[in-house]
Amino acid sequence: MRAKTAAMAVMGICTFYFLVPIWWLFVGATKSRGDFSNSAPLWFADFHLGQNLSELFHYRDGVFLRWLGNSVVYTGGAALLGTLLAAMCGYALAKYRFPGRELLFTVVLGGVLVPATALALPLFLIFSRLEATDTFWSVFLPSLVNPFGVYLARIYATASVPDELLEAARLDGSGEVRTFFTVSSKLMFPALVTIFLFHFVAVWNNFLLPLIMLGNERLFPVTLGLYSWNTQVNQLPELRMLVLTGALVSIVPLVVAFLLLQRFWRSGLGSGAVK
Amino acid sequence: MIKKRSILLFVAPFGLLFLAFYLVPIGYAIKQSLYKVTRTGTFGPSREVFGGLEQYQRVFQNGPFWESVGRVLLFGVVQVPIMLGLALVLALLLDSGLVRGRRFFRLAFFVPYAVPGVVAAIMWGFLYSPNLSPFTAVTRTWDLLSADLVLWAMANVVTWVYVGYNMLIIYSALLAVPQEVYEAAKIDGAGQWRTAWSIKIPLVMPAIVLTTVFSIIGTLQLLAEPQVFRTFSSAVSSTYTPNLTVYSTSSIPNFNLAAAFSVVLALATFVLSFTFLKFTQRGGDK
Repeated sequence: MRAKTAAMAVMGICTFYFLVPIWWLFVGATKSRGDFSNSAPLWFADFHLGQNLSELFHYRDGVFLRWLGNSVVYTGGAALLGTLLAAMCGYALAKYRFPGRELLFTVVLGGVLVPATALALPLFLIFSRLEATDTFWSVFLPSLVNPFGVYLARIYATASVPDELLEAARLDGSGEVRTFFTVSSKLMFPALVTIFLFHFVAVWNNFLLPLIMLGNERLFPVTLGLYSWNTQVNQLPELRMLVLTGALVSIVPLVVAFLLLQRFWRSGLGSGAVK
Repeated sequence: MIKKRSILLFVAPFGLLFLAFYLVPIGYAIKQSLYKVTRTGTFGPSREVFGGLEQYQRVFQNGPFWESVGRVLLFGVVQVPIMLGLALVLALLLDSGLVRGRRFFRLAFFVPYAVPGVVAAIMWGFLYSPNLSPFTAVTRTWDLLSADLVLWAMANVVTWVYVGYNMLIIYSALLAVPQEVYEAAKIDGAGQWRTAWSIKIPLVMPAIVLTTVFSIIGTLQLLAEPQVFRTFSSAVSSTYTPNLTVYSTSSIPNFNLAAAFSVVLALATFVLSFTFLKFTQRGGDK
């Protein structure tokens, strides 16, 4: 079959394109500084990963570990809380009629189109008025808001939480909030995972907000930390191996999260796009 | 009866945060953009006075800013169709039954999405560097970090990160198409190509529209990649993209002008996304 061969060829070429850079990063992070520039870039030389990791985690009092921890709190915390808030709001928009419902939805939907970077600067100005820049909260709090999550939650709640079920719960005397947490949230679970993942990636990738807000290195998320090291590579060449090893370490958690959660996000991704 | 209080409990937490971190900042940026800083004498204290549209006048007269707008528009016009075209082709191939090992490919294409933009840019920056690259044959022939090519070097980074993500959105939409539609097409004698072109693509149009809007927003927000590439290439200036201009203006600091830049940018994003949505919706109604 010619068509099959051609299709597999396209798939193969694309796999190379997507995976070779990551393979290169992995191989590179296992090399010593000398081998990195003098050995074949896509294959192993002396295995030096342990030393690189230990150097990475000990450099400047282990600041890299601190950055990783910060990232976990900024992104994990913001995504968990943000998903809950977005889900509750989207659920209410889908299941209850109340005055201002359409207006709220329209405004939130408009929020999806506002570039996050256009918000970062005014946020910085407001936080500096309150003398709250360069704090954990200046990055964490704005990261909680996820209008796209509200949009997804509304679509998914409409599709997956039947009104009859809510009526039955009401007849049983269950309050609205309790019904949400015990019944509705379970039905919406695949959507919640999707919203969580989208939110997680958005916060994880948000570069401008921490860049603009934070001056204290101890508060950096790992992306900003790696960026700041990378800008110093020309003066301090030994940082290059740390940047590479750090880059590898920084992408492992997300790859693992995607692998673990993939059966959930696929179903949810579609529901956001179809209608 | 549903108590009003419980509805409020659902809506208020998000609503308040949305107000505080979306609506207030937008309002504040608009307000700031209408003010200017004046000094009494050379060393006198500075104070903010109402400046009307003065900042906007400066935005419109700012040559480098409009150059950067042109640059990201060029970037978007080339990169977005390539990225989404590739995503569509891969999604259709995955869905066509011609491919074995779908699970593997789906994951392989999606992995780059797990790499944060900054890290992806750092990684590719090394890959483009003539001395470190595994592809020296390429990097020695073409200097990918030169003024002519660096924009497209960045386009490659963005494409690399987002193809898999867009492919998944389109692919999920394809999976949602009921099988009967394909059976009907088969009975009518439609082949793979015909089915893809006349049935699958029109049916996943909403997904394509969605990914296009996100890509337009993404293009106008271009920041992490150029900011990182400044360390690899002197061709990337501090006003290379509109967002970099905002950032460097705010660190001068001229907050009023930077606020005006942000407002113009947010408006431009809004107008472009909305126009695109309206345009495609009208096409769909016919």
